[in-house]
Amino acid sequence: MSSVLEHLVNQPYQHGFVTDIEAETAPRGLNEDIIRLISAKKHEPEWLLELRLKAYRHWLTMAEPGWPNVKYPKIDFQNVIYYSAPKPKKLKSMDEVDPELLRTFEKLGVPMNERAALAGVAVDVIFDSVSVATTYKQKLAEVGVIFCSISEAVRDHPDLVRKYLGTVVPPGDNYYAALNSAVFTDGSFCFIPKGVKCPMELSTYFRINTQESGQFERTLIIAEEGASVSYLEGCTAPKFDSNQLHAAVVELVALDDADIKYSTVQNWYAGNEQGVGGIYNFVTKRGLCKGANSKISWTQVETGSAITWKYPSCVLLGDNSIGEFYSVALTNHHQQADTGTKMVHIGRNTRSRIISKGISAGQSNNSYRGLVKIGARAEGARNFSQCDSMLIGTKCGANTFPYIQVHNNSAKVEHEATTSKIGEDQLFYLAQRGIGAEEAVSMIINGFCRDVFQQLPMEFAVEATKLLGLKLEGSVG
Amino acid sequence: MTRADAKVLLEVKGLHANVAGVEILKGIDLVVRAGEVHAIMGPNGSGKSTFAKALAGHPAYEVTAGTATFEGRNIFDMAAEERARAGLFLGFQYPLEIPGVSNAAFLRLAYNTVQGARGKDELDPLEFDDYVREKMKLLEMDASFLDRSVNDGFSGGEKKRNEILQMALLEPRLAILDETDSGLDIDALRVVSGGVNRLLTRDNAVVLVTHYQRLLNYIVPDYVHVMEGGRIIKTGGRELAVELEARGYDWLKGKVAA
Repeated sequence: MSSVLEHLVNQPYQHGFVTDIEAETAPRGLNEDIIRLISAKKHEPEWLLELRLKAYRHWLTMAEPGWPNVKYPKIDFQNVIYYSAPKPKKLKSMDEVDPELLRTFEKLGVPMNERAALAGVAVDVIFDSVSVATTYKQKLAEVGVIFCSISEAVRDHPDLVRKYLGTVVPPGDNYYAALNSAVFTDGSFCFIPKGVKCPMELSTYFRINTQESGQFERTLIIAEEGASVSYLEGCTAPKFDSNQLHAAVVELVALDDADIKYSTVQNWYAGNEQGVGGIYNFVTKRGLCKGANSKISWTQVETGSAITWKYPSCVLLGDNSIGEFYSVALTNHHQQADTGTKMVHIGRNTRSRIISKGISAGQSNNSYRGLVKIGARAEGARNFSQCDSMLIGTKCGANTFPYIQVHNNSAKVEHEATTSKIGEDQLFYLAQRGIGAEEAVSMIINGFCRDVFQQLPMEFAVEATKLLGLKLEGSVG
Repeated sequence: MTRADAKVLLEVKGLHANVAGVEILKGIDLVVRAGEVHAIMGPNGSGKSTFAKALAGHPAYEVTAGTATFEGRNIFDMAAEERARAGLFLGFQYPLEIPGVSNAAFLRLAYNTVQGARGKDELDPLEFDDYVREKMKLLEMDASFLDRSVNDGFSGGEKKRNEILQMALLEPRLAILDETDSGLDIDALRVVSGGVNRLLTRDNAVVLVTHYQRLLNYIVPDYVHVMEGGRIIKTGGRELAVELEARGYDWLKGKVAA
């Protein structure tokens, strides 16, 4: 690899800083008492504590998955902090938010109050596991949309939460989902009632702040009959040396004719150039197209984390329902990503579309892993998958692991895959037209990712382009 | 259009260059003045394309001896993009594909970068659209070229037209066209060479790298150079190309070996 290219892909992480806010922190380790503490801190009803304890007891019987194509030292779950919260404050408006927190967002380029107002985005800010500000709640309430932290939802809308929580990702679904179900501290809750088109894009900015505090977010989004919503999740984290475990669970439920679009830009700290530190991002995201003609679309731009283990999936239960997965996963230095999707076709004439773009640089390892399953009753089901990999340099790796299981003869499943390389010749061609290496790499990468970026909401697409720029070059083309 | 008093654009002296440790260029001398058309001919493997790429600054080509100046500046002190901005253009034998990037976006970025480097105004997308469409008429290119990804899925002829379109936009002082005629049918050859001819002025120059004298029926050279074994072994006028067409390259080899 040319030295210019080497230099470009090795720009340091630019969001590394720590906000000093006093945290109320649980002792390290996990046992039933810690779970009772979390539940008590949140004034939860008995049924939720029972759910947590059940999940915990199940988790104790489970083993960490060994099949992902990633390597990391064994996690000491007794050395993790499972609860940490800023000192409770009563906030009447955004003005009362800790100025230091606001400055943090400034540094991230997310002046959230202005941004929220200008862009018409309601931002439910998750800051170290507890929501400290919720905006536009009023406006949403006028049309009956509920958008709040899951703790508030448990308190204010217990029946809704109880009806849907754990129905898409059961507490014992997998190792990390079970852990999350036992200890989740906060997250977002959205409910879009029958026939309502959510009047604005809903957005959450996540940020992990306390050193070595595990983050166990729980998100639940429900779109009733004919409802639609677009949800944006953006993440970034300060720089730390020790690994941080993040095991979130996101559940989506779409009833008849409902439409949920879930977009993520993830830029958590990836560790340093030697592979020390960085977030372990072990996430379970799944959407259930429960009703006929429903649609769930996942779009993700994954650029951060030391390890990503994540398969946003769709269970296509309702007839004619549609699942989509659009993904860009970029790894650099020693990052490892094993990410993809599962499309489970159960209903008739269900359709799914998978577009995955993996970019590997440095000594990183990037795997696509995807399952397309067509059930016996899924007459006329169709799937199209395209998995493209791009390599930058010679020390990185890219893998594609497609799993296809078809139990219905009328199904049509297509899979396409390509691998390409940003080479000296491509950069020379652009240089010969006056275009410098930074802009050239940016242009090639953005072209490669175009099919995915087109799926993102406008301002998010800009942010995604910017992130890829930061990760690979330090400037945007 | 050769004039002895014309400004020297390119002056190459004793150029040696390696590719992967193997010496390919073994001492090349060449002077190109404003207003001139040069043709470099020679059999496969004689070093023609290597010479073109070394001048343009391809990182895989290591210059081991000799000098080259472009308008008086030592080009080996300049990165490839600086040479391009200074007005040295290479038309590629195999233009590269950039999937997902629209030709319009690519052309505009190239145009604005070069304009900016020359202290001239950049164009916004709308202004550029008008400008590029004018240039495309020159090459009888359809407007759909703008929306397609750069060279992606282009036929050989389309790629070559796209190269000359870039030349038209960037207005180089010196254009080195590497095998621009290969893969062109007779109609495309007429259009492409017509485009090149219209871009020629008394202030710029073109170096054509080609196997065949066919191209030289359309773009008439002032000088024809024959390369063999990494050297220019013979230089003549247009009639040399005609003679090569008739007799091949072999008759030169024994004569000039030195």
